[in-house]
Amino acid sequence: MKIIVCVKQVPDTSGRVAVKDDGTLDRASMATITNPDDMNAVEAALAIKDKNPDCKVVVVSMGPFPAAGMLHECLAMGCDEAVLISGREFGGSDTFATSQIIAAGINHIGVEEGDMVFCGRQAIDGDTAQVGPQIAEKLHLPQISYVADIEFDGKTVICKRMLEDGYMTVKVQTPCLLTCIKELNTPRYMSVKGINEFDSKPYTVLGYEDLKDDPLIEADTIGLKGSPTNVYKSFTPPQKGACQMLEGSGKETVDELFGILTRKHII
Amino acid sequence: MSYDFKDLAAFHGVMVFCEQRQGELMPTDFELVSEARKLANDLGTEVIGCVLGGKCDGMPHDIAGYGADKVIVCEDPRLEKYTTDAYAEVICNVVREYKPEILLFGATNIGRDLAPRCAARLHTGLTADCTSLNVDTEKYIQFLRENSTIDVDKAKWNYEDKGLKMTRPAFGGHLMATIICPRFRPQMSTVRPGVMKKAEFDEAKAAAVKVEKFNVVLDDAQLKTQVVEIIKESKKLVDLIGADVIVSVGQGIGSNVEEGIRLAQELADILGGVLGASRAVVDAGWVTADHQVGQTGKTVHPKLYIALGISGAIQHKAGMQDSENVIAVNKNPDAPIFEAATYGIVGDLFKVLPLMIEAAKEAKK
Amino acid sequence: MILDEKHEMMRKFFRQFAETEFTSELCDELEATGEFNREIFDKMAKAGLTGVKIPVAYGGQGGDYLAYAIMIEELARRSVVLSIYANTSNSLGGGPLLYFGTEEQKQKYLTPCATGEKIVAFGLTEPGAGSDAGGTQTTAVLDGDYYVLNGRKTFISGAPFADYCIVYAKTDPTQRGSRGISMFIMDMKLPGVSVGKHENKMGIIGYPTSDVIMENVRVHKSDLLGPLHKGFAAAMKTLDGGRLGMAAQALGIGQRCLEESISYSKDRKQFGQPICRNQGISFKIANMATEVEAARQLIYHAAAAMDAGSPECSKLCAMSKLYAGEMCNRAAYDAVQIHGGYGYIKEYAVERYYRDARITTIYEGTSEVQQMVISGALLGKK
Repeated sequence: MKIIVCVKQVPDTSGRVAVKDDGTLDRASMATITNPDDMNAVEAALAIKDKNPDCKVVVVSMGPFPAAGMLHECLAMGCDEAVLISGREFGGSDTFATSQIIAAGINHIGVEEGDMVFCGRQAIDGDTAQVGPQIAEKLHLPQISYVADIEFDGKTVICKRMLEDGYMTVKVQTPCLLTCIKELNTPRYMSVKGINEFDSKPYTVLGYEDLKDDPLIEADTIGLKGSPTNVYKSFTPPQKGACQMLEGSGKETVDELFGILTRKHII
Repeated sequence: MSYDFKDLAAFHGVMVFCEQRQGELMPTDFELVSEARKLANDLGTEVIGCVLGGKCDGMPHDIAGYGADKVIVCEDPRLEKYTTDAYAEVICNVVREYKPEILLFGATNIGRDLAPRCAARLHTGLTADCTSLNVDTEKYIQFLRENSTIDVDKAKWNYEDKGLKMTRPAFGGHLMATIICPRFRPQMSTVRPGVMKKAEFDEAKAAAVKVEKFNVVLDDAQLKTQVVEIIKESKKLVDLIGADVIVSVGQGIGSNVEEGIRLAQELADILGGVLGASRAVVDAGWVTADHQVGQTGKTVHPKLYIALGISGAIQHKAGMQDSENVIAVNKNPDAPIFEAATYGIVGDLFKVLPLMIEAAKEAKK
Repeated sequence: MILDEKHEMMRKFFRQFAETEFTSELCDELEATGEFNREIFDKMAKAGLTGVKIPVAYGGQGGDYLAYAIMIEELARRSVVLSIYANTSNSLGGGPLLYFGTEEQKQKYLTPCATGEKIVAFGLTEPGAGSDAGGTQTTAVLDGDYYVLNGRKTFISGAPFADYCIVYAKTDPTQRGSRGISMFIMDMKLPGVSVGKHENKMGIIGYPTSDVIMENVRVHKSDLLGPLHKGFAAAMKTLDGGRLGMAAQALGIGQRCLEESISYSKDRKQFGQPICRNQGISFKIANMATEVEAARQLIYHAAAAMDAGSPECSKLCAMSKLYAGEMCNRAAYDAVQIHGGYGYIKEYAVERYYRDARITTIYEGTSEVQQMVISGALLGKK
């Protein structure tokens, strides 16, 4: 059996985010990280591999060549194979087109009886949570999203699927696709041994030529042209009016503040 | 009847997927229907509610009271509990029959599971977690005037354009993006709960609802996921979205976590509010995730938001900057939280907070 | 030195580990109790840190000296004492086993040492023999299949909780100076082994240090490590690697002092502007950064020399430790100065780093011993 894990390299939005004058993100000036939810997906796959040594974990990403570094790290964590889907033709894809391409890439790897596909719930750059379910649709796989716990007995998968007000327990047979959240696990670290060995593991780049025969790949289903949605405007929110800083931090200051709040009927 | 996702002229009406859990409609359904009403008025078209469940008695009435003209009811025992397979199948069939030009979902954990699957199957675009929707260009320009740094008077506008302009935060709230879906229909969007304003309930409108039962066809062989059980967490849900007052704590409580939370909770109790928290506090495990305000947590707009020891990372501000009044207490006079605040106090929260509790008690006497 | 992709990945891993696991609560707890924290040690062991430099065949990670140096640097950047947790098994504890152990000894002792299952201490220093190992008074006398050990070792890091100790003892009293000394692997649970009270140290608090006392301890002859009577030469080889590690530790201290100084001097305002706008401060930081980088380059070069088996490596390791140890004390001094009064209180990291820095010019060979090694290599021994 194998588990295919989809990962994305994203700008680290937890630090300082640089915006260019035209309202787009200055990606070049920002550090990149592996999308956090995707790391939970990798860990979930590796944890299953720990218990099922015949399980192969294949990590897949779509993006430009610098994403190789992230895939190397996944191999150093213990994944068996890495596949980078990269090509000029794929640029500018929205979630619909992206899922077409990644699904074609996964078809190329092959999903067989007993296999699974894991994704992170959502990427911190777009926060859409759409690509996972859309890959599942394109591959005709059942999906369980927001997965916080996985029980796997070799064929049946039972997941704890989080809701805002609780959770549901959902059962599904392989092959299937799961999207993982941070509550699922704590991702392991790379290891020095893993780092020393990563370049002995299979690493494949799939370009347009490799995927073009897949029925999912058409001029009007991939890239900017194949994307149903377009960015109409992109802008930065304005700053609010100036804050009134109160002098001091003692009793008088606090009483003054609550005086204002009472007079203005805020409390 | 033929269905062509590229035949824009064939699509009419604004449809809302109204989510129910255990036979109860979700509060966000009403926000969505209210918003759909505004869009439909601008388009001169109708609002169609769509509800799926085992039994949906009474739901059309409630949905219509917020502005729906028509409610499509899809009843089947296999729709009682949500499964992606069954729901996606039925909704896609409803869309193929009714051909709405706009289709809205609440951006709940279920809406965000279902909508992308449907969009992929229907071959159309989907915009996630929207916080503003416009069809009318004049209104969109007005929206930009108030909410962006764009010089709208310098830009060229096509006032005839009635396409759906879906605005959402991106990159952790650092950027806003307006997304369009110009070539395919329906134009689909999931809408962030708590953002759209619920209209007044209109009893006459509710009484006039047209209910259409949809012929549900499901093939059991296609239903691959099975819900074993649904557990509602017994813990008291923190109603951040509905709160008038939120007292939020940040990393500043780190030197004495228990005391910081206890004091903040006490202040919240006196003011009739609830306890909120920044992501750092939730990530540290000091409070549960349902307290989290911000980009990855809840978007709130209380009358009063008190930020204690919160530095004001942009992700946090994204979730609270629409609060009517913000009080910030922070040791660091340069903390970004003061940029989002109405009133600021520079000081140690462990010293200021007990004084605030006293003052609040006095004010509430 | 421009690191290759693998060593950059290793740095990222070590840094992630240290920044995630070495929380300020943990560091404060170590400081308050002074006790060995088994929980964090086990975590480090599970992540492979205790076996970084030990071959994969013996349960290690198969990293090179450069990987080891980067690890110690990155761990010390977050906690000096916790860098020691990952150090011993890779240097003074594991080193002698790796270089001189028989296959059987490696399987029995090195593998559990690499995986963190067992802890090995290094017992060379004695009350009357520190930098001058020739004064070793501990004796080992063959009696049938056993060597009988008697003596006292002092300042033995980790002794209170170690499972084994590499002990140096005089086996041939007829030979003088550093000759006639042999190495033994001594089980700390053997009858006759005891440890003294924990030393109350200035810094690196949280990794107890004590004496080891041997009274008629019977060590089986199969636990003789390396050639009989030639243990001191073996110790010297181990010390090269140890010095490199301690140089890297000093580098981590310097790096942290630099980072703390930059961040504090940008935040702290006096006379209406951040203090980093004053040349008195900014030039200190410029010098500190330059020295940190110079130490880094020297240490990485020495590590590469060790990996290449260069004849220069003994001298380069001594230079690394001399320079980095002295450098990090200057850096810590300046960091405290830049912090002013806040640098003198325990709430700020530089206070602890100032105390921790002090040991780096002392243990595993004082700065003066490094100067002897370097000058000896350049001018010949007298």
